[in-house]
Amino acid sequence: MKNAIKLLRITAFILFVAAFNQHANAQATPPDAPDTGPTPAITQPMKSMPEMENHVFLHAMLDQFEGRTNTQSTAFRWDGEAWTGTDMNRLWIKSEGTIDKGSMSDGDHEALYDRPIPHMRYFDAQAGLRADLDSGPTRLWAAFGIEGLSPYSFEIAPTLYISDGGHIGGRIEGSKDLLITQRLILQPQAELNFYSKDDPGRKLGSGLSDLDSGLRLRYEINRKFAPYIGYVYTGEYGDTATYTRQSGEPTSSSTFVFGLRLWR
Amino acid sequence: MSRNTLKSRTRTRPLSRRRFLQTIASAGAITALDWQGLPAFANTPQARPGMIEGNHFELAIESVPVNITGHQRISTAINGSTPGPTLRWREGDTITASVTNRLKVPTSIHWHGMRIPTGMDGVPGLSFPGIAPGQTFVYSFPVLQNGTYWYHSHSGFQEQTGLIGAIIIDRKEKDPIEFDREYVILLSDWSDSNPQTIYSNLKQDSDYYNYHRPSLASFLSEAKQKGFGSTLSERLMWARMNMSPGDIADVTGATYTFLINGQAPNTNWTGLFQSGERIRLRFINGSSMTFFDIRIPGLPMTVVQSDGNDVEPVTVDEFRIGLAETYDVIVQPKEDSAYTIFAQTEDRSGYARGTLATREGMIAPVPAMDPRPTRTMMDMGMDMSKMARMSGMSGMKMAGMDMSSMPGMKKDSKADMQGMDMSSMQGMKMDGHDMPDKKMQNNAGLGMMPGMKMGSRDGKTPFPQPGPSTMPIIPDAATSATNMNSANSTPVKMHPGPKVAMVATSTSGQLSNPGAGLDNNGRRVLTYSDLRARYRGVDQRPPNREIELHLTGNMERFIWGFNGQTYPNADPINLKLGERVRIILINDTMMEHPIHLHGLWSELENGHGEFNPYKHTIIVKPAERVSYLVSADTPGEWAYHCHLLFHMTSGMFRKVVVS
Ligand SMILES: [Cu+2]
Repeated sequence: MKNAIKLLRITAFILFVAAFNQHANAQATPPDAPDTGPTPAITQPMKSMPEMENHVFLHAMLDQFEGRTNTQSTAFRWDGEAWTGTDMNRLWIKSEGTIDKGSMSDGDHEALYDRPIPHMRYFDAQAGLRADLDSGPTRLWAAFGIEGLSPYSFEIAPTLYISDGGHIGGRIEGSKDLLITQRLILQPQAELNFYSKDDPGRKLGSGLSDLDSGLRLRYEINRKFAPYIGYVYTGEYGDTATYTRQSGEPTSSSTFVFGLRLWR
Repeated sequence: MSRNTLKSRTRTRPLSRRRFLQTIASAGAITALDWQGLPAFANTPQARPGMIEGNHFELAIESVPVNITGHQRISTAINGSTPGPTLRWREGDTITASVTNRLKVPTSIHWHGMRIPTGMDGVPGLSFPGIAPGQTFVYSFPVLQNGTYWYHSHSGFQEQTGLIGAIIIDRKEKDPIEFDREYVILLSDWSDSNPQTIYSNLKQDSDYYNYHRPSLASFLSEAKQKGFGSTLSERLMWARMNMSPGDIADVTGATYTFLINGQAPNTNWTGLFQSGERIRLRFINGSSMTFFDIRIPGLPMTVVQSDGNDVEPVTVDEFRIGLAETYDVIVQPKEDSAYTIFAQTEDRSGYARGTLATREGMIAPVPAMDPRPTRTMMDMGMDMSKMARMSGMSGMKMAGMDMSSMPGMKKDSKADMQGMDMSSMQGMKMDGHDMPDKKMQNNAGLGMMPGMKMGSRDGKTPFPQPGPSTMPIIPDAATSATNMNSANSTPVKMHPGPKVAMVATSTSGQLSNPGAGLDNNGRRVLTYSDLRARYRGVDQRPPNREIELHLTGNMERFIWGFNGQTYPNADPINLKLGERVRIILINDTMMEHPIHLHGLWSELENGHGEFNPYKHTIIVKPAERVSYLVSADTPGEWAYHCHLLFHMTSGMFRKVVVS
């Protein structure tokens, strides 16, 4: 258990480093920052034809890397993912969390095996582990989900979780890119969480527990480096809201956000 | 193979005036090759590739710094230059080429379009193991053909970093094409990014280099032209399928600089001439991912050769050159002035440019690029009747749809109609029509003609390239009868999945369609149905069977393949030595694919019967159905693939085994 936590912390750290690395590399020379990496002739792997397309790729994207400010406070939030593998077999790492007044909440980290679903053009199946890892008590879940592109290019990812304590959770994430111009992009996004039972330790109630939704306007200086501003609404519902009210916190908030979308 | 067993000699021939000029040019190039002292400032003219001639060649492959965009990068060079030297061979010679690898990774040279033994074809993992670092590999083969060809690496992404070069093969007989001067125009696309990075970016976001995605801004301007309703319904229709009419090119001018003979547009490669001369321009598309539309404003071009084979001269103002294709054209400028060779990319994200001039330094205006084409519903292979039923589409009078891209709509000449229909005819009419020399065939006693022997059915040598004195092979009566009956193919059923984003429900022959963006532009544009071979095809037997292949892909995932399969999962295509097959390609994607079969000719069935043109690379347009005939006359393992480098790498590749 301790080791698992350590592992997840390390992967989260790697994710950040990868993203920051990209940030440092990214140059404001649109549309495509020249590659400052090593030269092709020397590093390109020699693939003989039979293994041609089994290239292993590594991608990391920080979709949200932002400050959330309203009159009461400023919190910092990230939501990112990374994957490595070939066309048909990939390992995904997802991580999100909020840092507010020195403590981390909503820490959620997942390691998933991912594979395209036969006969589906745009959806992958994912299965693996999720760990809730932050200032609260740690929870471990088995995760089963799908992720992909629905008609009209909505990114959709519903996931089902089963915890070591017999709880069942669910999450639906969705977003869509609306191009205003080729570089100015408006992105509505939402994440909804559900739980089958109350978890007083993490102050989560059964039923729909919370919603995190935002509208972000980003400008792609290049594809890998896009600053954004936005507006975010978060709300808590049912017993989750009751727990929050008991601790004297507001159950919903509206904040302006500013941040960066980064990938490598 | 020991080099000692191969006689090494360099031919010495009296220099004609034109050859003398070329030698001067190449000598100049070689002295300009001192990279050491070269300052790293923007737009340094790259060394012009020189020309080397003879039948023994020493080629060294190494990393060389170049500066094409203002940033110093590393190219993969041959004998110090990128592109490499033009190799000039003579038909009938046996050439040897010792290729030394001075890279830190394996390399290879593939002789594109050459009819040579499989072990000399240069595809690592297929026909030879590749050339390890520090190693020298000696290629040796008889040159059985003539024309304009080229060579490139078949290892990793070296082709993208400059390992390409031209091949000119002089014919044994007197060249029937008359010209006073000639130039190779080798087109390529250069990126400062590591090709591995380009590939990785495409896998993550196939629109990475596409700055023409549908946006609100483009919606508003379209709605102004076509009306709000039809623009909206059209947008929704594309969006529902997660596709975009803006998908013309995967990698664009966003990262590419387009080159002529290694020269960026602003360094302006220049070829000199004297007014009144007939200039032969040997166009080669040596790019990795780019289709070019070529014209020389003010100069009509007479196309005389395609993929190394002579065609009946056809004079045009413009032609599209697919990846790996070659076209030889004759121009005859009468004025003492300059002309721009303008090669805009199909997606209009940039152009390569050079100049023909009577004096160094003269330039002509560079034309503005044409409007960027968009994909139509036809390109998706959608049934027109089905489309009309779709919500919002009925009664919109096909607004936004490029009706002119429908085959046969634009013109109705005989050739066009033939070109249109032939590919969908299951071969039946092929041999019946247009047989001017039937008499000759009937009169000739079997076994009496030189070409009759079917010499290569035993697999020793390929059928000769068609020429003025090449006799066609007369169909053997018994074989052709049975063949006619058995020439059939089972249609391949395709299902959508991760590797197949769409299946065209309606495909058609489009050989008389010049291609997206070239319709009705007021210029005479070459089409595939214009290509009529100058000499009768060698093998006149009808095919004994048909092989149907769908070109498939999932743009979003950037996975490409044949029949929904990527290379490692696919069985090879087995051909029997000596058999003649018809390959039918059906494009189930929205992109053009230049399909290249190694080692064997591809005789495009474009309605000219015995005079169907011989090619090595054939462009298949979106939702197009194309057929061509192949004589399996050379045994071995041959690569068969899309020449878009990143399509090939991501799976659009098959092994063809002739045995
Ligand atoms: Cu392709």
